[in-house]
Amino acid sequence: MLGKTAGSLFWMARYLERSENNARLIDAGFRIALTRSSTAAAEWKSVLVTAGVNQAFQAAHGDYSSARVIDFLLRDPANPSSILSVIKLARDNARTARTALTRETWEAVNTSWMTLVALLRRPVREDDLPDVLTTIRQQSAHVRGALNGTMLRNDGFNFSLLGTFLERADNTARILDVKYYLLLPSVAHIGTTIDNVQWETILRSVSAHRAYRWLYGAEISALKIAEFLILYRQMPRSLAFCCERMEDNLAQLQRHYCEETEAWRQAHTLCHEKLAGPIQSIFDGGLHQYVTGFLRDTAALARQVERDYRFVE
Amino acid sequence: MLRGKGRRISFFDEMTSQEGETRSPYRDYCGWFEAEDAARIQHKGVQAEALFRTTGITFNVYGAADGDERLIPFDVVPRIISASEWRRLSRGIEQRVRALNAFLHDIYHRQEILRAGRVPVELIAGNEAFLPMMMGLDPPGGIYTHISGTDIVRTGADEFYVLEDNARTPSGVSYMLENRETMLQMFPELFAKVHVREVSDYPINLLKSLSACAPPACGGTPTVAVLTPGIHNSAYYEHSFLADHMGAELVEGNDLRVVDGRVAMRTTQGYKAIDVIYRRVDDDFLDPLNFRPDSMLGVPGIWDVYRAGGITIANAPGTGIADDKALYSYMPDIIEFYTGEKALLPNVPTWRCSDPEHLREVLDRLPELVVKEVHGSGGYGMLVGPAASKKELAAFRAKLEANPSNYIAQPTLSLSTVPIFTKKGLAPRHVDLRPFVLMSPQGVTITPGGLTRVAMTRGSLVVNSSQGGGTKDTWVLED
Repeated sequence: MLGKTAGSLFWMARYLERSENNARLIDAGFRIALTRSSTAAAEWKSVLVTAGVNQAFQAAHGDYSSARVIDFLLRDPANPSSILSVIKLARDNARTARTALTRETWEAVNTSWMTLVALLRRPVREDDLPDVLTTIRQQSAHVRGALNGTMLRNDGFNFSLLGTFLERADNTARILDVKYYLLLPSVAHIGTTIDNVQWETILRSVSAHRAYRWLYGAEISALKIAEFLILYRQMPRSLAFCCERMEDNLAQLQRHYCEETEAWRQAHTLCHEKLAGPIQSIFDGGLHQYVTGFLRDTAALARQVERDYRFVE
Repeated sequence: MLRGKGRRISFFDEMTSQEGETRSPYRDYCGWFEAEDAARIQHKGVQAEALFRTTGITFNVYGAADGDERLIPFDVVPRIISASEWRRLSRGIEQRVRALNAFLHDIYHRQEILRAGRVPVELIAGNEAFLPMMMGLDPPGGIYTHISGTDIVRTGADEFYVLEDNARTPSGVSYMLENRETMLQMFPELFAKVHVREVSDYPINLLKSLSACAPPACGGTPTVAVLTPGIHNSAYYEHSFLADHMGAELVEGNDLRVVDGRVAMRTTQGYKAIDVIYRRVDDDFLDPLNFRPDSMLGVPGIWDVYRAGGITIANAPGTGIADDKALYSYMPDIIEFYTGEKALLPNVPTWRCSDPEHLREVLDRLPELVVKEVHGSGGYGMLVGPAASKKELAAFRAKLEANPSNYIAQPTLSLSTVPIFTKKGLAPRHVDLRPFVLMSPQGVTITPGGLTRVAMTRGSLVVNSSQGGGTKDTWVLED
């Protein structure tokens, strides 16, 4: 497989995942904006920081009105992470890697792009927003279904999964990075309760508020939420789950190419040293430092994958 | 079906005779059509469009303000050619392509045809597409025109003409294949009723044909790659389609470099040699070291590898001279010179404006002629006299007088018509045909049919997609 093709599959998957994650972030932010107008601006700011586009927004707009933030996140061509920008990038990468995709997968990506371009032609009215966000997530599910259902389990499939899980781990870590202060224990370590709406927002932005209840019942604590998002291996957006999947896909690539890679070694270290738990030790070392270190490690891993598999010259 | 008032009888309609009889190749189809509900067919047409969009069979129009992707209009009524008509056409096309290949070999070697005075030396020496670097070079297998497209027009029951030769990088073959695929999806029952020759083996034939031209340096099964300028090129869909269907890699210039005397592509495991490259970039852009230094599309040093027999480039560099419209007018002589036979398919009579006598005649009769640029393609820079305004005629007259050797002129042909499906029923529109021809040392393969291009506007004679033309599925009937 061409290095460029591997890179395009990796980035196609990253952008598709990003589009879905951003839709979730908007959804969570929108809920707060509706229910608590006093904290809406702060919440939108944290959404923009999580998406990594706060500076760009500040430069273009300044104040955090819901309508402006939503439009910026959904449609603004000046925002490289807007849903429209990201789906276009995903499609461009899919076109570049067209020969490595099944017809079904390509058509799913292309249909997604066509659907979202039509959906986001004009600014979205607030009462239409929930429907629009649902459609974005459905499109994402459609592509994932085609990918899972029709692609050969070969190196190309591994590269696209690597992109998916790298982006997802990065996203969950960013949410933690922005919200870590809410999870910091103030008085007692265990059993510290946090603002109900806030914790729900965090869990909503990873589509896991129900799953959390099933698992932990009514007990809402900073420690549990952090454990759930960082270490819980059955939760498909936790750092541990994502890193395990990355290690696994890198191991498959090693077998496929009969060649050991530095990228696999890094992923392996990440899984076994950073994600072994327990959660208390992460808190003891400082949650913020932990998350910052994790973001640094995954960025390094992404660069290493790019080098090991010659995405670019 | 086409009995109608006001139809201009001067055009040959391929479906219906002047007496209103359905011509024999169309009989089975028309039997089916008449029993069909028009609303259903119209609905299918809408479906087809959605299908094309989903598949991404779009093209970019250069210079279009929005840079948007467009669809080439597709018409659901097939263009049908009988088995015997096709036999005749394919014989003529094969003869022509063989002659062209022999001509290119001669031009880049002993130039016998120039010595014999059958083609004027200036036509070669002054030709921008002529590559002196190809002199004395033997492309692997002796093949220059691996892939070509011969544009054919029809003017009567037995009157077929070759309108132009496309040996540079003929495009459109993916439309031929997708049109058929779409028809099969929309009207499966129709194909049980009418026996149509398949076209779907084109990509495999292309792979075989290219593999048969592997260079001396190739050991084992040849590695074939398609070289594209990238996703922003108007024909990118076709490039990816062909690579995908051949199971070949689709590469861009920045994926390639010369390693150990071979052209190699950067894979996830390092550089791997390529044996045959089907390039969809022009000669000028192939090698920045040897041609245009500013080109980012090609591979620095590929030319030296080519000279040393390390790679096959298809089509061979320098084949573009065969597309020259001034040279076109010599094709009957060229065919006779190399094959010893008369051309089976006639040329359209052509005035070469470089000749003062021809020029005078062209200027006198400008409103009735079609004038084309010698190196033009895609329907750009061309004058259709009968359709032009006085102002356009005057402007073109000035261009002609300023640079006569840049133009050739031809009579405005009464191109045949085939009906398209419109809201008001069937309506005749002018068509042409581009069959696709593969050549290797093992022989010439012509896919039955080809791409039928159709002028979607009533009365229009311009079928180019860049000028709003559409396409039809083309059927060659089984014997």
